[in-house]
Parts: sequence; C-alpha cells; structure tokens
Amino acid sequence: MRSSSSLPPGPWAVAIRALARDRASLVSVGVLALMVLASLMAPLYARYVSRTDPFLSNVAGQVQIDGRAVDIMQPNDNPLHLGLSPIGPTGRGAYLLGADSQGRDVAARLLYGGRNSLLIASAAALLCVVMAGVVGIVAGFFGGVVDAVLSRIMDIMWAVPVYLFAISLSIVMVSQGLTIGPFTITSDNLLIPIVIIAIVYVPYAARPIRGRVMALRNSEFVLAARGLGVPSARILLRDILPNVTGTIVVLAPLLTALALLTESALSFLSIGVQAPAASWGTIIQDGEGLIYTRPLVAVAPGLAIVIVVLALNVLGDGLRDALDVRETSRRGH
Amino acid sequence: MAETLLSARSLRKDYRLPRGQRLRAVDDVSLDVHAGEVLGVVGESGCGKSTLGRCLLRLTEASAGSLTFEGHDITGLSERALRPVRQRMQMVFQDSYASLNPRRRIGDLLAEPLRVHPDAHGRRRDMRAIEARLAELVDLVGLTPDALARYPHEFSGGQRQRINIARALALSPRLIVADEPVSALDVSIQAQIVNLFADLQARLGLTYVFIAHDLAVVRQISTRVAVMYLGAVVELGATDDVLHAPAHPYTSALIAAVPEPVVRADKLMPSLRGDVPSPVNPPPGCRFHTRCPVARPVCGQDAPTLRAVPDGRQVACHFPLAG
Repeated sequence: MRSSSSLPPGPWAVAIRALARDRASLVSVGVLALMVLASLMAPLYARYVSRTDPFLSNVAGQVQIDGRAVDIMQPNDNPLHLGLSPIGPTGRGAYLLGADSQGRDVAARLLYGGRNSLLIASAAALLCVVMAGVVGIVAGFFGGVVDAVLSRIMDIMWAVPVYLFAISLSIVMVSQGLTIGPFTITSDNLLIPIVIIAIVYVPYAARPIRGRVMALRNSEFVLAARGLGVPSARILLRDILPNVTGTIVVLAPLLTALALLTESALSFLSIGVQAPAASWGTIIQDGEGLIYTRPLVAVAPGLAIVIVVLALNVLGDGLRDALDVRETSRRGH
Repeated sequence: MAETLLSARSLRKDYRLPRGQRLRAVDDVSLDVHAGEVLGVVGESGCGKSTLGRCLLRLTEASAGSLTFEGHDITGLSERALRPVRQRMQMVFQDSYASLNPRRRIGDLLAEPLRVHPDAHGRRRDMRAIEARLAELVDLVGLTPDALARYPHEFSGGQRQRINIARALALSPRLIVADEPVSALDVSIQAQIVNLFADLQARLGLTYVFIAHDLAVVRQISTRVAVMYLGAVVELGATDDVLHAPAHPYTSALIAAVPEPVVRADKLMPSLRGDVPSPVNPPPGCRFHTRCPVARPVCGQDAPTLRAVPDGRQVACHFPLAG
C-alpha cells in the first residue's frame, strides 16, 4: 500500500492550506481565539484582578486607588451635585473600565458576558446548521411534495420578521419557563435563547443548502451513479453529502455572527440572558442610562460585538474562497 | 441476424412546461440495437438525442413506450429490480468533469460500481478483487495506476473521459450508451478517444449507442446511423448508405452543412433556411416541411412515418431522395 504522504492532497487539505495562506482569515481566527480565551479567563480576572463579584450590587462599596478609598458611586459634577454616577475607568486592576449603575466592575462583566454571548451564538449556529442541514437536504433530495411542504413552512417562518418571531417565542418561554415531561427549563436557562435563535435562522440556512442539494441531485455525476445502479441512500451519503459540507461550513461563521447580533438584541430587550447573568446585550442595556456620563459601559460591549462579527464575516469569506476546490485548482494553472 | 440487445418501441418523452405547454423531446421513436453493432445517433443540438439516450437506459423516465433489454421488458421495473440489469448497460456522458464527483478519488469512483454490485457468483467483492479489477480497468483505457489516487480536477478532458469509460466498463457491460463523449474535447484528443471506443468494442465485444452531432465521428465508428430531427428518427440505415446516399432531405442537408477544407462546386443541396422549429409547438404534417427544399403541399398535412425503402433502410419522408 502507498503511504499517505505520497497521495495527492484531498479537497479538505487543499482548503486548509488555502485558508492558511489567506492573511485576513488568519487574523480573524487569531482575533476570535483571543476573544474566546479572554472570555474563558473571566473567573480568574474577577478573582485576581478586579477582586469584586461582578454579579453583586456594590453601590455602597469603595475601591482603593493610590492608597485612598474612593466611593464607587460618585456625586455628579453638575452645579447642584444632584444624583450619583458610577466611577469611571480607573485604568488599573479594579474597575479598569469603570462601574455600571449597580457598582459592578464593567471589565469583569464584559468577560463574563463574552462567555454567554459567544456560547449562545456558537451553540445556536451549530444547532441551526444541523436543523437546516436536515431540512435542506431532505427537501432538496426528495423534492416533490416533501420539498413543497418544507419550503412552505420555511417561507412562513421567513415571512415573519426575525426579531418579532424571536421576541414572541422568548416572551412565552421566558415568562413561563418550559416543561417537557419531567424536565423543566427555567426562564434563566441559556438553552432558551439558543433554541430560539437557532429556530429563527433555519430558513436562512436551509435555503442555500436545499438549492445546493437540488443542483447536485440533477448533476451528471449523480445521474452517472444512478446509471451504475448505486442505491439512493448511498448516493445521498457518498455523492451528495460530501459536496454539501462545503456550503454548510461556509454558512457556519456567518450564522454565528447573525446569532451573536440576535442574542445581543434579545438580551438588550431583557428577553435573552436574564439578570444578574451578563451578556454583551445586557451590558449595553445597563449602559443605556449612563450613555452621557459613562459611555464606555455601552460602547465596550458594542465594540466587542463589532469585532467578533467582523472577524466571523471575514473568516466566512475566506472559507468560501478556500473551499472552492475547482476554482483554486484552476487558478493554479 | 444478430441478437437484438435493446429494443425501443414508440418511445416518447414529454416535459411539462409552465402554462400547460408541453415539450416533446422524444416523439414516437422505435429502434433496435443489435448485439455487437455501433448505432450512431446524429442530429442538431436539441433534437432529443441525449434524452433518447437517457430514456434507453431508463435514466430518464419515458412518458410512453416500451423498452426490452436482452429479451426482458424493463419498462416498468422498479429502480431496485433494475439494479441487476444496470450492470449490463452503462452510460458515458458528454461532460467528463461534471460526471465525476469532484470530491472522490479516481480509485474510489471506479470502485463504486464494484462495491454496490455482487460478482458473478453473487458474492460481495472483497478489497483484493476490487483492487485487481481497478488495475485491469486503468490498463484497459490507457491510464497509469497512479491515476487511482488522484482527484478528477487533476486530469485533462481526454484523460477524464478515459476514466468515465473505465467506470462504465467496470462491471463488464454488454451495452454502452455514449452521449456525445468526444464533442467537448479538443479535436486532436477526439480521435484518440474514438479510437479507444473502437478498440474496446473489438476487444470486449461491446455494443454501443453512440450519440454525436459530428458526422465524421459517427462515420468513423458506427455500423448503422439513426438521424434525428425534432425528437423523431427520420432516417435509419447502414452508415455507408445513409451518409453517402441520404434518402431523407434532412440527412442530405446535414451532410451538405459539414464544412469542408476544399469547397466543391457540386454541393449536394442548398443549405437549410431558418431555424429548427420549437419542439413545444412542432409544425403540422412532416416536422421538416418548414425547412425542406423539396417539400410539396401534402407534406404540410400528412406526417410521414418511418418506413422501409427498397435498399433496407428506413426513411420518414413522402418523397425520399433517390439513392
């Protein structure tokens, strides 16, 4: 037998090499890895750097700055000194980015929020891709009545504005929780936003998958396989599926970006991640009332969202270019 | 008389279009393919050649008509019941790239038919048997064994067509329907592939239905020729008879339309006027009368059927040209 090293590279190996040559994609992967790593460090940051509990109200607390105890809630600097504002960015360990209106460390909450936002976004995208893959492949491969029924359901879901749909679903689930047999999902369970966001984007992802499968079903190599007497199930598994995975892989980062935006929007509207847990959306909401005095509270999570969404989109583009086997090989000639 | 391998009777294929229209791609075609012959099918683009080829192998479901293969009616067989029959009838497609799954290695593609069909003793083929057969196949079509580890996009069009041929031969079929197998290739490569087809036929005793629009290719390889126009066979006979002394005005025009290196003064026929009528709305009477240089009033009313003329060929024309 031949050793595997002498084999010409397979399409996946070619794609990974092409991706590794694309600087923009590499930077994106780096940025995303950094974001994930930082979020995973959240408990360490809270314990050793900020030394506060980011989930407890701390309006009466103080923080040591240059050996002086400073109140976290400071009198406003308007002429009458009416009301209190949380402390601004201190530029050091504790309250690096300042406090929110409940006196909690924004930097620590940002990291904890990243955990939830990134977890929900990637889990929702994964779940969505799986559901859309099943729907798209079944509809595209079997066609006819099956396709008509599935496509009409997708059309109906598609016709309802995404946020309206998500809001209606989440209001029902968040207000009452969900009981399925012996399992009760409480309203603060992260599964709720994950499932909602996944369902909402199924039509978005199923449509291109269905189109790809339909094109493949009518392709000459599938016709050739039928002519060879290959059973349908085997054609689906060996000829169609490997050619759809590229489409699915390209969709995944784009869906993750969409899911992240949707999660933030839902959390901003208090129907995603529930207090006192944090997500980038809830932190923006916390910062809404402070936008004139402490803009960083809302801007910092907003910036995090922008960076991650941008990186995911660039990565999606890079993947699309890298996975076009035929294109890349022809370009070389 | 040789055994009739494949026989089609009144084969018809309609495609339903929007607004209740209907496109008749294949219109009442009856023909026999004899064991050991090469039946060339010629005609312009869109005349239904490819659809006919696919209907013959039941890769496209005919709307009406019947098919007999090796004496058994295969018209109504389910895909599962048809599977054993498929081992003995295979297809080679025009687009050598599109007919190979780009994500599978050549060895994997060639092994596919060997994996899904049992061997002559009804047993699953083991790895060793498959590898031995792959080596034979690669040799048979003139490729090197290292081709097996490669992917389709690493080959030229001619080599890919060799791979397609090897795959069609994997199960030692009796009949191969080749749908314009060389028309997408460079002219210099075309001859090689046609020669390969001819060589394989001689060595393996194959029977071909060879679809082409290039008369030179058909002349080189076919023993008989069927000429198609707008979904119907208008002339059917021995290659030499049909191409040297066409009986149907359309065949004659087709031959006259072949560009020649030296322009001859005594052209057979004036070239055709106008375009092929739409198969959605074919003309009444003889389907060719709108463009026929020798049409008379009766041609616009009565459709001529394919009937035998004295020298043994079949022509669908009221006024066949004297051979």
